[in-house]
Amino acid sequence: MSITSLLLVSFAAVAAENLVFTQFLGVCPFLTVSNRPSAALYAGITVTCTTTLSSFITWLLYHFVLEPFSLTYLTTVVFITTIALLVQGVTLLLKKLLPALYTLLSAYFPLLTTNCAVLGAILLNIYDGFNLLESVVFGFSSAIGFTVAALIFAGIRERLVFSAPPKSFEGLPLLLVSAGLAAMAFAGFSGITIG
Amino acid sequence: MRRIKEIFSNGLIKHNPIFVMLIGLCPTLAVTTCAVNGVSMGIATLFVLIISNSVISLLCKFIPSRIRVGAYIIIIAGFSTAVDLLLQAYLPTVSNALGLYVPLIAVNCLIFARADAFASKNAPLASLLDGLAMGLGFTAALTLVGIIRELIGSGSVFGIDLFGRYFSLPVFLMPTGAFLTLGFLLALFQKIRAANKKHAKGGDSR
Repeated sequence: MSITSLLLVSFAAVAAENLVFTQFLGVCPFLTVSNRPSAALYAGITVTCTTTLSSFITWLLYHFVLEPFSLTYLTTVVFITTIALLVQGVTLLLKKLLPALYTLLSAYFPLLTTNCAVLGAILLNIYDGFNLLESVVFGFSSAIGFTVAALIFAGIRERLVFSAPPKSFEGLPLLLVSAGLAAMAFAGFSGITIG
Repeated sequence: MRRIKEIFSNGLIKHNPIFVMLIGLCPTLAVTTCAVNGVSMGIATLFVLIISNSVISLLCKFIPSRIRVGAYIIIIAGFSTAVDLLLQAYLPTVSNALGLYVPLIAVNCLIFARADAFASKNAPLASLLDGLAMGLGFTAALTLVGIIRELIGSGSVFGIDLFGRYFSLPVFLMPTGAFLTLGFLLALFQKIRAANKKHAKGGDSR
């Protein structure tokens, strides 16, 4: 496992296989948190922490518990439970250790448990047959991809406020069309594939 | 009887999960590259929704409200795993086409939202019907998006070639096309709703 291939995995996860714009994972939270750049950033931080940690834990769980005991049919249930427990644990730790950060981020944690971005990224880890290091790197960079997408889109939305769309396009339709155009930009990276 | 009618009109039109409540957007955008995928994803979700709604409605008296979120998630994940395994066993082509998005039914916000908003407060039979109505509304929306994307993107409907040889815009099969199609559809529905409102107001004043 060389550094170049790790870099390739992480670049592909951020750009070419961006969670939001190419895999449609985490579209709902992406649309809710991109209303302000700060919200996008804070939500991105929580998604990144959770995905990185859960990539590590679920890889170990899958390869040392689920696979040896041929329990792979429980993958989804176990992964969801892991994410839920992890979110609870991280929230409690933050509350105790960094109360200032907790007050900033606390609103975004409940979103994570049913966030398909997190579950999607850790399921992709297993499907793509990554090793432990690759999994963690992939989980981390996928979440960074989510953060980048949300930040870019928050910037676009700040500009959209000043536009005067046709009445029937006001609100979500305009956002979806803008997201479509942003997705076209990300399609430019599609030559780069993982592996 | 009136209640049944109300549940169905809510699920299909008034509170259509995709076009009105705007939940469960991920699968709507992801799998709808052709109409068949839209239908199969819709039906898979419909099954999980019906079963989880009825089971949660039966169990909600025994689940303490403090751990209800966790309990619902595990129940839903269990049934979506069952659907995933059934698809792999009996319809492997569908399972391959939908891929990652079958296990992800477990985190579809629609299913959790119905469990929390309807099934935990209503009788099992009503919850079952609500699951059916919401699932049908979801399937209809996915099928509509799928038909439009397939028609423009590859010039066919349900795999039957119409004008694919002469004209197709493959960009509609790409993520961009998914966002654009849903955006334009939502705009269309907003326009229809606004027109209806105006119409109703006009009728009142007369």
